[in-house]
Amino acid sequence: MEPGLDASIALVAIGPFMAALLAPLVQRLTRPFGGWVLALVPAAAFLVLLSLVEPVLANGFVAARLAWAPSYGLDLSFFVDGLSLTFALTISGIGTLIVIYSGAYLKGHTHLGRFLAFLLAFMGSMLGLVLADSMLVLFIFWELTAVASFLLIGFDHTRQAARRGAIQALVITNIGGMALLVGVVVLRQIGGAWELSALRELGDGVRGHGLYGLALACILLASFTKSAQMPFHFWLPNAMEAPTPVSAFLHSATMVQAGVYLLARMTPVLGGTDIWSTILVCFGSATLLWGALAALRQTDLKQMLAQTTIASLGLLVLLIGLGSEAAIAGMVVYFVAHALYKAGLFMVVGALDHETGTRDITALGGMADHMPVTFIAAALASLAMIGLPPTLGFFAKEEMLLGAFGPQWLQGLALVVLIVGNALLAVVAALIAIKPFLGATSQTPKSPHEAPIAMLIGPVLLGAAGIVGALVLDWFGHTVLEPTASAILASPVESHLAWSINFASPILWLSVLVWALALAMYGQADRIRTLLNRAHRAVGWTADHVFDAAMFGLIRFSAWITRLLHHGRLELYLVVVFAMFALALLVPMVAMNGFAAIVQQGWPELRVHEWGVLLLAVGGLGAVLLARSRLVAILSLGVQGAAVALVFLLFGAPDLAFTQFMVEILSVIILTLVMTRLRLDERDPRPLEDWVRDGLLALVCGGAVSLVLIAVLSGTLDTSLSDFFAATSVPIAHGANIVNVILVDYRGFDTLGEISVVMAAGMAVVALLRTRRRKNVPVTSGEGEP
Amino acid sequence: MNTVIFRTIAPLIVGTMLVFSVYICLRGHNEPGGGFIGGLIAASAIAVLGMSSGRDAARRALRFDPIAIAAAGVLLAASSGLLSLFTGSAFMTSIWLYLELGETTVPLSTPMFFDIGVYLVVLGAISAIGLGLETDDGEGL
Amino acid sequence: MDLVLAVVVGLFIALGVYLLLSRALIRMLMGMLVLGNGVNLLIFTAGRLTREVAPIVPPGLEQAPGAIANPLPQALILTAIVIGFAMFSFLLVLAYRAYQTLDCDDTDEMRLAEPADAPNPPLSY
Repeated sequence: MEPGLDASIALVAIGPFMAALLAPLVQRLTRPFGGWVLALVPAAAFLVLLSLVEPVLANGFVAARLAWAPSYGLDLSFFVDGLSLTFALTISGIGTLIVIYSGAYLKGHTHLGRFLAFLLAFMGSMLGLVLADSMLVLFIFWELTAVASFLLIGFDHTRQAARRGAIQALVITNIGGMALLVGVVVLRQIGGAWELSALRELGDGVRGHGLYGLALACILLASFTKSAQMPFHFWLPNAMEAPTPVSAFLHSATMVQAGVYLLARMTPVLGGTDIWSTILVCFGSATLLWGALAALRQTDLKQMLAQTTIASLGLLVLLIGLGSEAAIAGMVVYFVAHALYKAGLFMVVGALDHETGTRDITALGGMADHMPVTFIAAALASLAMIGLPPTLGFFAKEEMLLGAFGPQWLQGLALVVLIVGNALLAVVAALIAIKPFLGATSQTPKSPHEAPIAMLIGPVLLGAAGIVGALVLDWFGHTVLEPTASAILASPVESHLAWSINFASPILWLSVLVWALALAMYGQADRIRTLLNRAHRAVGWTADHVFDAAMFGLIRFSAWITRLLHHGRLELYLVVVFAMFALALLVPMVAMNGFAAIVQQGWPELRVHEWGVLLLAVGGLGAVLLARSRLVAILSLGVQGAAVALVFLLFGAPDLAFTQFMVEILSVIILTLVMTRLRLDERDPRPLEDWVRDGLLALVCGGAVSLVLIAVLSGTLDTSLSDFFAATSVPIAHGANIVNVILVDYRGFDTLGEISVVMAAGMAVVALLRTRRRKNVPVTSGEGEP
Repeated sequence: MNTVIFRTIAPLIVGTMLVFSVYICLRGHNEPGGGFIGGLIAASAIAVLGMSSGRDAARRALRFDPIAIAAAGVLLAASSGLLSLFTGSAFMTSIWLYLELGETTVPLSTPMFFDIGVYLVVLGAISAIGLGLETDDGEGL
Repeated sequence: MDLVLAVVVGLFIALGVYLLLSRALIRMLMGMLVLGNGVNLLIFTAGRLTREVAPIVPPGLEQAPGAIANPLPQALILTAIVIGFAMFSFLLVLAYRAYQTLDCDDTDEMRLAEPADAPNPPLSY
């Protein structure tokens, strides 16, 4: 491997993120060409990836590794094989066109820079996702795509529908994200490595493991949520609230294809079992049919495309589930063809919407005269979608029908579903290409005209690519299909794509059957739509509603919890606090048998004046408790404080006594100043049951403190620190007052913090007092406030 | 509280208390006392002055905003700790300097400046609180 | 004598807790003061009691000749007293401001931040 390759591969994934940071600035500086300039980034990524085609063809794969957290054995490892390369090329190629398109589509929008930044960040996450080797890296990029798509879908955040679509996409795909994390960890436990490249060498080792079922369930949940398989399909149409370029990007080659990528990537690890094929084929079939029927029901062009995307995703999942060589080949060709035509069609619809002001299929007609280039692009893309030669779509259909051709019931099911599904999709494609463009010219909200070049280059290029790919079929089969399918199946695959037409082949006749079905249904499109809508109304209930109910239930539940815990009654909060306090003291005492440590002591030997001081303290406390007027309360507070000061004085702490006295004096002064304005009811107004509860709790707390203190006093005290201070105070610190030396020298840093607190308290008091005055005093007052 | 006797005596008391507070602060290293106690005494003195002559007179007597005094105290305490940087030792390592002035020796040290900082902080913060509350005499806080 | 002081500390704590549990602001403030004193005494007692001998080295000596009171808890309490006082002043002013603004001193009725009839969160996106 040549040096620098590591960095360049990592840069493909990380570069777009860096560009995203700069995007708003670049957009502002280069307006109105921001889209063109920023498109250089994905274009560069595309070129770097193209340069990897040769090495991948030669070696099968290219790996890159950057140290991340080596002590944990974690690397930012990247891995490029045919599968990654096909996805990454599609992403960066279509991404380039999308960025150019966005610049024109959102021209003059206030937040165009932000939009481009989100778009680039999304592209970076997608590229990282498909290039990742370490499953953890894959997970991180997987989650990044969710975040970036949330931002993109909710870009128009002033509309509730956009917010809802964004939240829905985030929630649904993040359920899958969590499942992916679990699945990744389980796979690590099974395989002993984070790297996908190492994992797929294990083969049957994973499939035979006891945890296979769990890993499979997690990975499938992740894929199905991301790729909008039934029953998680409903987020995708709602994500259409995003600006059209986002839909074109997310729903052609990126976001929703991440799940397909994951399934393809996991095929050599988890695939090939009966349960794998059954689940994938069944869910894929259901999704394909549902999406295709739902597309026919719509009249909004963008919604039609969204529903066909669901159908196409189901189709891809179905093909992966079949897992035969032909099915996988069909999946690869279909993925490329779909990415090209779907992105193109979305861009066409965006251009129609942009230039005519509507995207309702029943309100549009005859636009081919006004927008000829757009029409050509739409026709090219639709040809591929219908699967007519000479497009890639035709070969995709041939391959997939071939892959489903077989004796098993699963294959039979798949074949029927594929024929019906493809016919339905062909109808939708024909509708989109013909209805708005041909026929009588209709009145539109805006006077229609051709879209700007930046909005045409994408659909035209993509539509052309779908045909060119088919014209250079041998090259396509050799450089795209073979390495990709080989990577998915982990065994060499021969491409047998060919232009020859064999009338003896049943596949050709099946194709013809698809077209015939489509043609028959096209004539009845309006009637089918009416029927489907009637059925839809009859059910009147969708997964969408379930999601709303779940979300609102969550909100109600959290409101209930909040009300339960945050009831707003201070004394109950404090009851909880002090009850915990008592428990924290008493439980260890009981558990560690602290009571045994209490040594029996005789009658305490206290001198008369010591008894006097203690009685004074107790008397002061009693007076505080019983005080019925402010004056008595203040005075009794002073008494207990003075008693504490006397205790300090009697037991060898003159500094403390001194300080305590001063504080008591100041407290009394301040209390007198404030308390005269506060009301003190004669009796504490608490009801009897509160009185009992509070009294008991207070006694328990006090008793617990006393017990713990007695237990502590019965033990021995480690005085080494105090002894050190006492011994070194004069010789080292040159101070005879040990307490003061500790304060200003040994523990000076501590004291520095404490005086800062004192200062902060002073500032807070002054601030509180000043705000009050400002409120009362009119602005004109000339009071000289320092 | 605004009696003639109190108003007349108060400046005397205040002056005595302030001098005493400085004495208590400075002797604190070897005998009971120190910045905390000294500061509290000085703050009480200011509070007494405020009660007798009104808070404006007390503010004028202080010359500086009490919070500024407190801030200066924190600054002094912190910078006295920083002096040890010049001797290449850790933050707050104490430095002692004995000044020979004729017959007596005056010991200067960083802990002493630190203690003066403490004194200023306590004086400033507490008198800010006290004067702030006295302000409202008559008219509500 | 330790035993008696321990009981006295317990009384301080009990009264402080009892007053803090009151709904009247002014009693809560008094409770803070008492509780603070109780905790200071607790630390003081836990550092063992020594009668009358202050932790001060007599002049001319390198070390105190006999047993002295434990200086460490004293240093801790000294700052605690001053900080406690500063915080108490702050609480006092805060309580007074709240009393003035809301015109009540019952904590159950001071529900500006957590109103009793707070509306349900909106059920939308």
